[in-house]
Amino acid sequence: MGLLSDPNRRKALTNLLTRLNAPICMVCYLAAIVWFMGLAFEPFTLRTYMSENAMGSTMVEERFSSGERALSLAKEFDAHKRKAGGMPVEWLVKAMQARGLEVFTQSFSRKLPFPDENKERYMVRGTNVYGILRAPRAPRTEALVITAPCSPGNSDNQAVGLLLALAQYFRNQIFWAKDIIFLVNEHDLIGMQAWLEGYHHTNITGMEYSPLQGRAGSIQAALSLELSSDVITSLDLILEGLNGQLPNLDLANLFYAFCQKLGVLCTIQGKLQRNDWDTAEGYTHAAQTMMLMVLKQACGRSWGDHGLFLRYHIEAASIRGINGFRHYKMDVATIGRLLEGMVRKLNNLLERLHQSYFFYLLPSLSRFVSIGYYMPAFGLLAVILLLRALDLWVNLGAPALEAVDGVTEAEQPSGPGVLTVLTPVVISHLTGVALYLLPVHLQEMAVEHFPVSETEAVVLTAVAIYTAGLALPHNTQRLLSGEGTEQGWKVLKLTALLYLAVLLGCTALINFSLGFVLAVTLVPITASMTPHMPKALSALAMVLLSPAFTILYCVFIYQELIEAPVSVGEGWMLFLSVISQGILDHALYGSLVYPLLALFIYPCWLMFWNILFWS
Amino acid sequence: MAAPLTLLLIVAVTIRAVLFRSSLAELISERVEVVSPLNAWKRVVEGLALLDLGVSPYSGDVFHETPLMIYLFHFTVDYAEIVFMVSPYFVDCLSCLLASLDRAKIFRKQKYALESDRYPADCLELLRSPKEMFYIPLKVAMFYLLNPFTILSCVAKSTCGLNNAIIALFIFCTLKGSALLSGILLALATYQSIYPLTLFAPALLFFLQRLYIPVNLRRSSFWCFTLQYAFIYVGSLVVITGLSFFLLGSWDFIPSVYGFIFSVPDLTPNIGLFWYFFAEMFEHFRLFFICVFQINVFFYTIPLSIKLKEHPVFLIFMQIAIISIFKSYPTVGDVALYMAFLPAWSHLYRFLRNIFLVSCVLLACSALFPVLWHLWIYAGSANSNFYYAITLLFNFGQTFLIIRPLTRRRKHPGGFDNEVSCFKSSVWKSSLKS
Repeated sequence: MGLLSDPNRRKALTNLLTRLNAPICMVCYLAAIVWFMGLAFEPFTLRTYMSENAMGSTMVEERFSSGERALSLAKEFDAHKRKAGGMPVEWLVKAMQARGLEVFTQSFSRKLPFPDENKERYMVRGTNVYGILRAPRAPRTEALVITAPCSPGNSDNQAVGLLLALAQYFRNQIFWAKDIIFLVNEHDLIGMQAWLEGYHHTNITGMEYSPLQGRAGSIQAALSLELSSDVITSLDLILEGLNGQLPNLDLANLFYAFCQKLGVLCTIQGKLQRNDWDTAEGYTHAAQTMMLMVLKQACGRSWGDHGLFLRYHIEAASIRGINGFRHYKMDVATIGRLLEGMVRKLNNLLERLHQSYFFYLLPSLSRFVSIGYYMPAFGLLAVILLLRALDLWVNLGAPALEAVDGVTEAEQPSGPGVLTVLTPVVISHLTGVALYLLPVHLQEMAVEHFPVSETEAVVLTAVAIYTAGLALPHNTQRLLSGEGTEQGWKVLKLTALLYLAVLLGCTALINFSLGFVLAVTLVPITASMTPHMPKALSALAMVLLSPAFTILYCVFIYQELIEAPVSVGEGWMLFLSVISQGILDHALYGSLVYPLLALFIYPCWLMFWNILFWS
Repeated sequence: MAAPLTLLLIVAVTIRAVLFRSSLAELISERVEVVSPLNAWKRVVEGLALLDLGVSPYSGDVFHETPLMIYLFHFTVDYAEIVFMVSPYFVDCLSCLLASLDRAKIFRKQKYALESDRYPADCLELLRSPKEMFYIPLKVAMFYLLNPFTILSCVAKSTCGLNNAIIALFIFCTLKGSALLSGILLALATYQSIYPLTLFAPALLFFLQRLYIPVNLRRSSFWCFTLQYAFIYVGSLVVITGLSFFLLGSWDFIPSVYGFIFSVPDLTPNIGLFWYFFAEMFEHFRLFFICVFQINVFFYTIPLSIKLKEHPVFLIFMQIAIISIFKSYPTVGDVALYMAFLPAWSHLYRFLRNIFLVSCVLLACSALFPVLWHLWIYAGSANSNFYYAITLLFNFGQTFLIIRPLTRRRKHPGGFDNEVSCFKSSVWKSSLKS
């Protein structure tokens, strides 16, 4: 306060900040990157620990032993699934009823905005089957959910078999204080979305579904199972949900604790934990795991069936069985015991999971980085934008001050005029709106005139509008005011910098990874952009650091990290499918990444593009 | 002057009309930053329904508007949108006139200052040309009509807009020099939300200055006018309250409106300082802290009136700002009202270097309010501390915004001395404490 109100000291401070602006910004950027990479270094991370009392102190003994039965049920389910050519509703209802559950079904249908080529679906019609095990020991006000998907082909049969075997076993236990819902959902996330919307009486995505006939209490936690083979070598935990939301860290801790107890090999992002943190390999391994988490979180889609629960304030995670590490083998009964233990602990909960962290990154299952540690990395990047803005502000203010000495008319050169700044802003945003609306709405027209499928039409329209945006706006201000003034671009840049800072700040709060990835690529070029730089070179740099290229890089890095590197051509195809998935995720589940990029980030980037061609 | 103003009006009307018709209107009218329990349109509708059923609208704990307001809406409920569209223009047109009047007055003063050559050279840059002042009403209008806060508040049909219109009318009548109308309108504003009570002092000071009556406790003319003005004020307040009683047939509205404002029973989060504190507090400290919190609004009147007695118009501005910071259920509409008057003090901007910092803070806070609300209420991953941190920051920004013109005013010709910084630090401390 004193520093800011004392004119001399403040002047000294601003002088220092403007004179050393460029070096400070550079140092901030490097510090941010180093800080971020340092997060994976084990001594800088915290060891995970169980915060929730209700789950910590009570150790339970797991007795589930009907692994064989689970496998035979899986075979039976598979046979009926093949016969029915989809969800074997009747068989499943009978099987669940035979185990003493209250069974209900829900049918749903959804027409996708355009065909999903990855999963080959357009008109989706399906049925969810769920059975409720009523709690014998408590009023039925709370519930837990265990789900298994009914997927096409051979996959996930074992998950359904285990689900049914667990239901039978749980039915005979008397300690349940929460209702347990066993849900088999068809068409993975679409079915899950229909069920959740039906359960909570909402309809936010225009899905058609029949109302749920039976309900249990408010859902406290959910586990989603994905098992595709009889022999499982390890279990992978998937946490990333819709819009980068994560469940409470205690859920991951719970999983890890039981894996330790039962001697089950567990992974996260498909990566085993290593103990040699002090070697280069150990660090690289942790950094790769964390980077994978960041990339998965940044793309904002739900990586398992659990992802949609998080939106309803329900802690959820997916557990996926992996058959990859040859030497470790476990039978289905062990996985059953693990689930039994987890559900029994969750059953002990007195209130929703809230004690532990909601904002974290995991370099391994036993180590985590909390929000207080990773936010500075983003903060350092955001500071660069603010420093540049401050510099511009001082620059803009200084000549005005000199002009007004003595009894001049105090005629402020009324600035560059609101219009010169407003026009690029409005036009950039209109381009953004076009990028958001047109691809889906114009698909029919595109299919008529060009030899492409609907999906290709949507993606290529998006790419075309994106590219057209580059050509469009940099001539706009000339129409209105002729020559752009020196002050004009400074004011525009000031606006754009503040806009970008607020935008990235808000994004990073909701989805740190997305905010950080965007900041890493957008900040350097936006901070240094002026119209006086060599046009061709800086235009190239800007394009290479634009949001679309960020997605492309992420695709390549992701493929590299999951050890499935792709060639440029394959990478491009993946890039296109990522875009179509992003648009679909927005239309189907309400993921926010596509609208964020189209309506805000891209227009903001266009404003800087405009500055480059200011004349 | 007329052409840009018309253009401005058209733009403002278009924005509001479009928003009223869009799906955003419903979303906006649910936002806690925009509507408070006092002025939510949903509650007005509820009150109207109760009134139509022949039940007292104050039975239950939903409706907290004053009786006159509900009878106003009783007749205009079908045209509610139009009422809300029009109310900002009252504020706007009046503030235009206000600004032009005020400017002319100060300009005369400064002419005098220039001639007498009594002031140091550095204050000369504070003098504005007639041309610059010519645009000030337009700027005020623009600041109010195109302020996103006003637009949000209007689209949400928050009755805050009407209260703002009454206060603006009051200021207008005061500047016009009509003590009678000013007293009546002040009574009306007080009746609406109590806090404008503190505007009594600046209005009185303004009239005294205008009539060349020195503020001297031993002079009979001073007492004579003070009593006269106080009589108008109290008299009309009694008449309005009595009228409400006869309209409603009971005194129900006193606890339900004023009790509600003073004792802060509704702790829905908003942009003010009260909710978090009283949600956390032990019940037996409640009364004490309510006194501590509420006294903030009224207390600063005394030191400010003493220090700013030469500048009653500026004092009005300060009081409105203080009300909007310290009132129990503030909304962005209240913030918009005093922000509209900022261009009137644009000659002080020269000293307002921190305006950059302040506007960054206000901008960031406005964006972060909905984000943190989402994280807290919907995602469940953040908690109330996050939201309150932003509330604190927002109020810090506001305090900073009004302190700057205040402290810089010291350098103004005919200004006042350093003791104002006492106020500065006291406001600061209280906002830090909370």
